[in-house]
Amino acid sequence: MTTIGAFETALRARRDSGGKILVPYITGGLGDDWIETLHAVAEAGADGIEIGIPFSDPVMDGPTIQEANDRSLSSGTTPQSILNAVRETDLQVPLAVMTYYNIAFRAGDVRFANALVDAGISAAILPDLPLEETTSWAAAADEAGVETILLAAPTAPDERLPLICERSRGFVYGVGLLGITGVRSSLARSAMDIATRLKAVTDKPVLVGVGVGTPDQAVEVSTVADGVVVGSAIVNRMLSGAGPEGVAELVAEFRSALDGRWPGHATRGRQ
Amino acid sequence: MSDGVKAVMGDPSEDGRFGQFGGRFVPETLVPACQDLEKAFRSAWGDQVFRDELSTLLADYAGRPSPVTECHRLGEELGYRVLLKREDLNHTGSHKINNVMGQALLAKRMGKTRLIAETGAGQHGVATATAAALFGMECIVFMGEVDIVRQELNVFRMNLLGAEVVPAMSGSRTLKDAVNEAMREWVAQVEDSYYCLGSAMGPHPYPWMVRTFHEVIGSEAREQCARILDGGVPDVVTACVGGGSNAIGIFSGFADTDAELVGVEPAGGAAVGRRVPGVVHGSKSYLMQDEVGQVLEAQSISAGLDYPGVGPEHAHLADIGRARYESVTDAEVVEGFQLLARTEGIIPALECAHALAWMSRERDELAGKTVLMNLSGRGDKDVAQMMEVLGR
Repeated sequence: MTTIGAFETALRARRDSGGKILVPYITGGLGDDWIETLHAVAEAGADGIEIGIPFSDPVMDGPTIQEANDRSLSSGTTPQSILNAVRETDLQVPLAVMTYYNIAFRAGDVRFANALVDAGISAAILPDLPLEETTSWAAAADEAGVETILLAAPTAPDERLPLICERSRGFVYGVGLLGITGVRSSLARSAMDIATRLKAVTDKPVLVGVGVGTPDQAVEVSTVADGVVVGSAIVNRMLSGAGPEGVAELVAEFRSALDGRWPGHATRGRQ
Repeated sequence: MSDGVKAVMGDPSEDGRFGQFGGRFVPETLVPACQDLEKAFRSAWGDQVFRDELSTLLADYAGRPSPVTECHRLGEELGYRVLLKREDLNHTGSHKINNVMGQALLAKRMGKTRLIAETGAGQHGVATATAAALFGMECIVFMGEVDIVRQELNVFRMNLLGAEVVPAMSGSRTLKDAVNEAMREWVAQVEDSYYCLGSAMGPHPYPWMVRTFHEVIGSEAREQCARILDGGVPDVVTACVGGGSNAIGIFSGFADTDAELVGVEPAGGAAVGRRVPGVVHGSKSYLMQDEVGQVLEAQSISAGLDYPGVGPEHAHLADIGRARYESVTDAEVVEGFQLLARTEGIIPALECAHALAWMSRERDELAGKTVLMNLSGRGDKDVAQMMEVLGR
């Protein structure tokens, strides 16, 4: 048996209340006010926040997050500077980092997992570390108490999905389409499909991300999924200089669209 | 695969490792595609009909076998015996055609209708565009914006062959970024497209499959050398290393002999030379990176070697001490380029000029030996760039 970590606990609380889960993605170190943005996004109704640690070669990311990565890196961001900033702030929602495996590998799996815990981060998403390659990292993460969130893609054959769900902690990240991150004009059929297929094989929270860019799309996919991860739409706001309030405004739109359809019975799962 | 190859350069483990290197570090979307590819490759390589078809194509279309040329004037100048494996004489002008013909046949067998490729100098892009034309497939080639400028001729060639060339505008805008863009395209088009990766790198099964398709270089050279050297083998076998496909091809023919294997990297792209392991583009290998794991941009005069990583089997060969890896500067490369042209009437690709540069620099160490060098490509594509470098 595995114990349920802080990230999954918060997500389950939202789901158990009858509401839908909202996890925004924020690029770490993007702009001087990105920590304020984290707070504003938490206040606007995020159930958990994904913090991107920029990597030089993000093969799963589209132009928006690539640009955010480049800007953040050229302002001097390092994995440690992000973790330091997070450690020194006090957020009321659980946090996950999203980065590529070389960042963890270079630090050392154990050291990186411990650094996350030390910064108060509950979970990690490493999109270039598929199920078969998780062994070394996941051992370190499990030992440190970091939840390793795995992705499940539309291309996975049926027999693969339960294996991914079994190994995933925090939630199961359903990839909404064949492609990289970015806002699309409409929700791909594959988003509904992967949500349906995942819900059929797991009780863990199922969130869909990649190609979920508007409140309407979030509502549409949440008719099946337990909620959504929203990345590029939010990062676009950050890149356009909207500031913490502007970003929070967009998060609040997602929140109210989801709450409008699924009011739930509790106000918030936290203070 | 000969038994000799199996002894030292064997098949990777079930999880795609050569020693501690290799693996399949790709987005989940691509895992089933890699698994399908592995299955298809194993089945094709075990099928004599496939292998006969490939051999026929390589002979009748690509011009194999390529000869081994003994270089008397160069040998006299350097003070040792020099043999060149002439991959520059293949159709499309480099060794890349071996791998591309194999992969395109495989793509056809898998029912794919569209080839995706990345290219640095443009040699792999041209080879892939050629195969696509031959098999009537669509072809899209990603190429760094910087390389598009310095390899204008190859861009035109690819267009002529019906391929679409898409500039990679991110990062260093060279080969590394072209690989990123090709992988992104593959993630999005995985159902109808086949990723025709150009070097012995990437996720399992690519490093192994690409080596297997290039083993023809080594096995031919082994026989040809035996004829020239009265049944013997060269003392040293050398080749340039970027991702490392031409080197892995020729090394495979001599891994079970006493021949010393020497890979030559550009000083500004010496992934093996720096000996820091990392994970990028699908496998664990040696990787140029900073102290927190951000991949560094390679710096090389040669677009084909302008890459911060290296194929995982090279990392393994270095690790177990079966091959050694040396590096040369751009200035030494320019000398090597001219040396072969002047002494033998052969204009080498700038990539191969790296091995020539090392052979020239280390002439004292090599005195009295016999050195086989893989001349993996011809230098026509580099002539315009060299006109600028040499100020003519």
